[in-house]
Amino acid sequence: MIEILSLAGANLISPIILSFALGLLAALARSDLTIPEAVAKGMSIYLLFAIGFKGGVAVSAHGIDQTLVLALLAGLVLSFTLPLLAFGLLRVLTGLSAVDAAAVAAHYGSISIVTFVAATSVLQGRMISSEGYMVAVAAVMEAPAILSALWLVARSGGEARMEPGLIRELLLNGSIVLLVGAFFIGAITGEKGFAEISAFIEAPFKGVLCLFLLDMGLIAGRGLRQSRGVLGLGAVGFAIAMPLVSALLGLGVGALIGLSLGGIVLMMVLCASASYIAVPAAMRVALPEANPAIYLTLSLGVTFPFNLTLGIPLYLAIAQAVTGA
Amino acid sequence: MQTHIAKRVEIVIEAPLERRLTEALTAAGVTGYTVLPVLGGSGRSGQWSRDGQVGRAGMVSVVCLIKPKRLDGLLDAIFAVVKKHIGVVSVTDAHVLRAERF
Repeated sequence: MIEILSLAGANLISPIILSFALGLLAALARSDLTIPEAVAKGMSIYLLFAIGFKGGVAVSAHGIDQTLVLALLAGLVLSFTLPLLAFGLLRVLTGLSAVDAAAVAAHYGSISIVTFVAATSVLQGRMISSEGYMVAVAAVMEAPAILSALWLVARSGGEARMEPGLIRELLLNGSIVLLVGAFFIGAITGEKGFAEISAFIEAPFKGVLCLFLLDMGLIAGRGLRQSRGVLGLGAVGFAIAMPLVSALLGLGVGALIGLSLGGIVLMMVLCASASYIAVPAAMRVALPEANPAIYLTLSLGVTFPFNLTLGIPLYLAIAQAVTGA
Repeated sequence: MQTHIAKRVEIVIEAPLERRLTEALTAAGVTGYTVLPVLGGSGRSGQWSRDGQVGRAGMVSVVCLIKPKRLDGLLDAIFAVVKKHIGVVSVTDAHVLRAERF
């Protein structure tokens, strides 16, 4: 336990987390600090390309094994099933309606790619290698949760709009296309390709991540400020408990399919993180009756900061303790 | 200068619905429209600002000009998209210089 807390403490004073904290505090203090929208978008494109490319290079170096297929399959199954667990927990812990609970559940079955990127950065900082194809697992886990949520609403007698174009939009959303595309570019070009652009995608990575997380801190802080009074204690408790439960599921699955320590941690982070980009947009189309203030505040305002500050080091420490690595 | 009567329809709608709305406009025979970013505002759900949004969140404003006789059909097409969503649909009288374009 002391080791876990010490690891969490060390993580709290990393430039990445402090940048996030600066944004959060600035927003809560009503500072006029803003990152221009185009700059934020540019940084996210850079981060997605870099993380996808490096994942592809890692796969080209280590080759493809059966664990890859199992990890992809596990990601798919987890993304379908985690919303069912989240829905059950929400119905027990909160007084949310079935529609609101299903919408929140969809967010917790899907993933946050920024949390994933932050976790890979923490692993790299500690010289812990991970399977490059976890990037592909992240992409696979983005959309299935939405289908589970719509099924939950239909089962509860509600109306969910499963439009023909929605799944296509989700699967072809810019983040997934860039992440998967960069992954394939990295896998095709390998170490040679990496050597050609490493000065661009390796050295500035952490600095860009700091600025990006500063922006995410601002967004999370503004969200928290604006949604004061929207959430009850049960909902906030869910937003902390759910990632812990999901991470433990990810730990079990990751260990079962034979992932490395780094791979297990990333699987835990993928399970524990909640979407705040792709799923909210999908929910506005598919479940317009659900209140966006609830699901956005929970995923972006509570779970995201929790995972970033305490969650990732906690998952790493637990994985280390369990695997003995 | 000679002007012609037209109707200016403005739809302020959630950004994820933009494509569905513009497709509905095109299907209803609208030959041109303009999409504008909305910086923020206040409504039944309280104040909001574009600053605090990530991804395809926030609102957009879609503006089109049409001949008055086509207004009802267009409003039906718009309402089919926006009825369950946050947004505002407004119609104002306008004058245009080149009636054949609308």
